[in-house]
Amino acid sequence: MEFLKFATIGSVDDGKSTLIGRLLFETNNLYDDQIKSISVDQNTKDINFAHVTDGLKAEREQGITIDVAYRYFSTEKRKFMIVDCPGHIEYTRNMITGTSQVNLALVLVDARHGIVEQTKRHIFLSSLMGVKHLAILVNKLDLENYSEEVYSKIVDDCKTFLKKIDIPDVRFMPISALKGDNIISRSENMPWYKGIYLLELLNTVHISSDENLIDARFPVQLVSRSDQNVRSYVGTILSGSFRVGEKVKVLPSGMESQIKRISNINKEFQHAMAGDWVNIELEGDVDISRGDLLCRENNQPTIKQDIDCMICWLDKEKLNPSKKYLIKHLHQEVMCIFKEVLYKISIESLNREMGENLNIGINEIGRVKLRTTKGLICDSFKKNNRTGSFIIIDRFNNQTVAAGMIL
Amino acid sequence: MIERNNDYLKALEAESVYILREAMSEFNNSYLLFSGGKDSIVLAHLAKKAFWPSKIPFKFLHIDTGHNFKETIIFRDQFIEKMGVDLLVKYVEDSVKEGIASEEKGVIPSRNAIQSVTLMSAIDNLSIDCCIAGARRDEEKSRAKERFFSHRDEFGSWLPKNQRPELWNIFSGKKFENEHFRVFPLSNWTELDIWNYISQEEITVPSLYFSHEREVFEYNGIFLATNEFVDSSQFNCLKKFVRFRTIGDMTCTGAVESKGVKTVTDVIEDLKETRISERGSRGDDLRSDTAMEDRKRVGYF
Repeated sequence: MEFLKFATIGSVDDGKSTLIGRLLFETNNLYDDQIKSISVDQNTKDINFAHVTDGLKAEREQGITIDVAYRYFSTEKRKFMIVDCPGHIEYTRNMITGTSQVNLALVLVDARHGIVEQTKRHIFLSSLMGVKHLAILVNKLDLENYSEEVYSKIVDDCKTFLKKIDIPDVRFMPISALKGDNIISRSENMPWYKGIYLLELLNTVHISSDENLIDARFPVQLVSRSDQNVRSYVGTILSGSFRVGEKVKVLPSGMESQIKRISNINKEFQHAMAGDWVNIELEGDVDISRGDLLCRENNQPTIKQDIDCMICWLDKEKLNPSKKYLIKHLHQEVMCIFKEVLYKISIESLNREMGENLNIGINEIGRVKLRTTKGLICDSFKKNNRTGSFIIIDRFNNQTVAAGMIL
Repeated sequence: MIERNNDYLKALEAESVYILREAMSEFNNSYLLFSGGKDSIVLAHLAKKAFWPSKIPFKFLHIDTGHNFKETIIFRDQFIEKMGVDLLVKYVEDSVKEGIASEEKGVIPSRNAIQSVTLMSAIDNLSIDCCIAGARRDEEKSRAKERFFSHRDEFGSWLPKNQRPELWNIFSGKKFENEHFRVFPLSNWTELDIWNYISQEEITVPSLYFSHEREVFEYNGIFLATNEFVDSSQFNCLKKFVRFRTIGDMTCTGAVESKGVKTVTDVIEDLKETRISERGSRGDDLRSDTAMEDRKRVGYF
C-alpha cells in the first residue's frame, strides 16, 4: 500500500475544513466521538464539518489557524497524510513548511470569487517548493448552479496564469465539498464534467516516479563502529541507488573507494535504493564523518561556497546583511553571510522588485547570493530537492529564520 | 521470509529511524521516555534498528505514577532486561514527598497531571536536553500540530507559537541552556499502523491490550478497573470482559468491553470495526475539551 502525503491549501472561507471533514467522513475515517461534533442543518440537510478540524484553544479564541495540522486516513488503495495549511498571507511560512513535505497540493478556489491573488500565491508557492502534482479544486459550485461556464472561465483564467508556473502535473476539478459533489464519487449535478473525482485522483495519482532514481547521493548521518571494530557509514539514500562492489567517491575529500557491504538490521542489500536506510562499509581506510557524502565518480554534486538561491523568510526579524547566520544543509552546519539580494518577488503580483538596499522580511521571497565558511555539497533544488535545500538559523535566538532552494 | 506489501510501513519505519538518528546527533543527553505501552515499545524497537550494530545510545526514563497496572510494570522490567538498556525510574510519590507536587483531591484523584512535575524535575536534575517519546499526531487535536522536534522553554512549556518551522527533513535542535526538546519519531503513525507494525515485527506487548475478565466500575461513562487507589465501595463493581486500547494510570485509563481479542491479528480486526477513537476512553482527556493542550503547556509530554 502506497503512502501519499498531500497538502490542502486555502483559507477557512474556501471550504477547506468542510472538504477535509467530508473526505474523512465519507471514507469512514471518523470515529463516533468525532462525528458527535458534526451538526446537520435541519433545512438544507447540509453537514457542518467545521469542528472536525478544530484546532488549538489559542486558535479558537482568536478565530485563526496558527499552524499546519496533520491528519491521516486510508482507503483500500492508499494511506494518506493530509498536511492542512492555513492560507492567509501571514501564514506563508506555514504553507512553505507544509508543501515541503508533500507530493500533491490541493488548492481550493471559491467558485463565486474565481482566481484571486491568494490563489496565485498558493500556486506560485507550490511550484517554488517543487510540488510535482497540483490539483485546483473549484469549490462551492453548488452556489453557482453547477454552471459549466463559471467553471470553464475559472479554468481559463488559471491556465493563463499557469504559463508562468513550472509544475509538471496540473489538473482542475469542479466540486462542492458541502454537498459532496465529485468528492468520493462522480457528481450527478455536473454531467458536463468528464474528468475524475477527488478520491479517484488521490487513489491513483502517479507518485512512484517523483523520486529521483538517477543521481546516487548518500549523505553520512552517523559513523558507527561494531564490536569487531568494523566501521560503517550510517544514513538514508536520498536519491539514486548504490550496489555492493561499486566504486564511489567521497565528498568533500574526493577520495575514492569501493562499497564492501550494504546492510541494515533487517537485511543484506546487493542493491539499495532511494529511501533505504543503510549502513555502508567501504574498502580500505577512508576518513569520513557526519556531513560527508557518497556519490559516483561520473555524477557528482558540486561543492560551493557561493550559493545563488531563492529564500523564503520565516522570522519576524528581517534579514540582516551585516549579520552572520548558521546554515544547515544535509547533515552539515556552517556559518554564512548574505552577500547580495538580487530581487524580491512580490507575493501579490509575482513581479520582481529590484534595486538598492532591498530587504527581506517575514513571509517574503527573494533571490539572494550567500557565502558560506565551508563548501556545501549541493545540487540544484530542481534536480534534487534534498541536496538542493537548506535552512538558515539565527544563532543568537536559535530560530529557524529562512528556507532556501539552491538555483 | 516473504516481503509483505506494506510500503507505507516501510516509509514510516524509515522516517522514524531517520528522526532517531538526527536526535542522537543534535543532542548530548537524550533519554527515551518509556512507559511500557505499545507506542514506547515500538519506539524502543525502532531505536534498536536505528543504531544497529551499536547499542541504543540513550538511557530510558520512566515516570512512575505509582498508579500503574501491575501487568505494565512486570512487562516493563522484562522488556528492559531483554533490550539490555539502562532504565531510570522516577517516582511521582517522591515529588509529593519533596513537596513540589500535591495529590489531587476528589472522588478519583489522579496523578496524571502531576507526573509532569516529576518529569520536569528529572529533566532539570539530570540536565536532559532531549526526551524522545512515542506521542503520535493522530491521538489528539493538540498533538496534530506537533513538530518532530518540539521545543520546550525552561519551564517545559509547549508554546504553539514558538515552534520552529520544519522544512523537508532538516531538523534543528538549537536552544538555550535549560531549554529542551521533545522528539517524536512516531508523529505520523496511527494506532492501526502501530498494530500492523507490531504484527509484522512480531513484537510482544502487555496482556492488557487483549480481552480478559476483570472487575470494573463505571465512572463518568468510563469503565475503570477496580484498584487499590480508589475506594470502590461507593461504586457498583461488576465483572466484565474488557481490553485496553491505551495503557496509562488505573485511575484514568478506561477499559473497552471486549471478548475474543486474543492475538495481535484480533486487535487489528477489532480496530477496523471500532467506532470509538483511541483516547475516547481516557478520563484525563475527557476532563475538558482542551485537557491535553492545557497539560502540554505545563510540561506534559
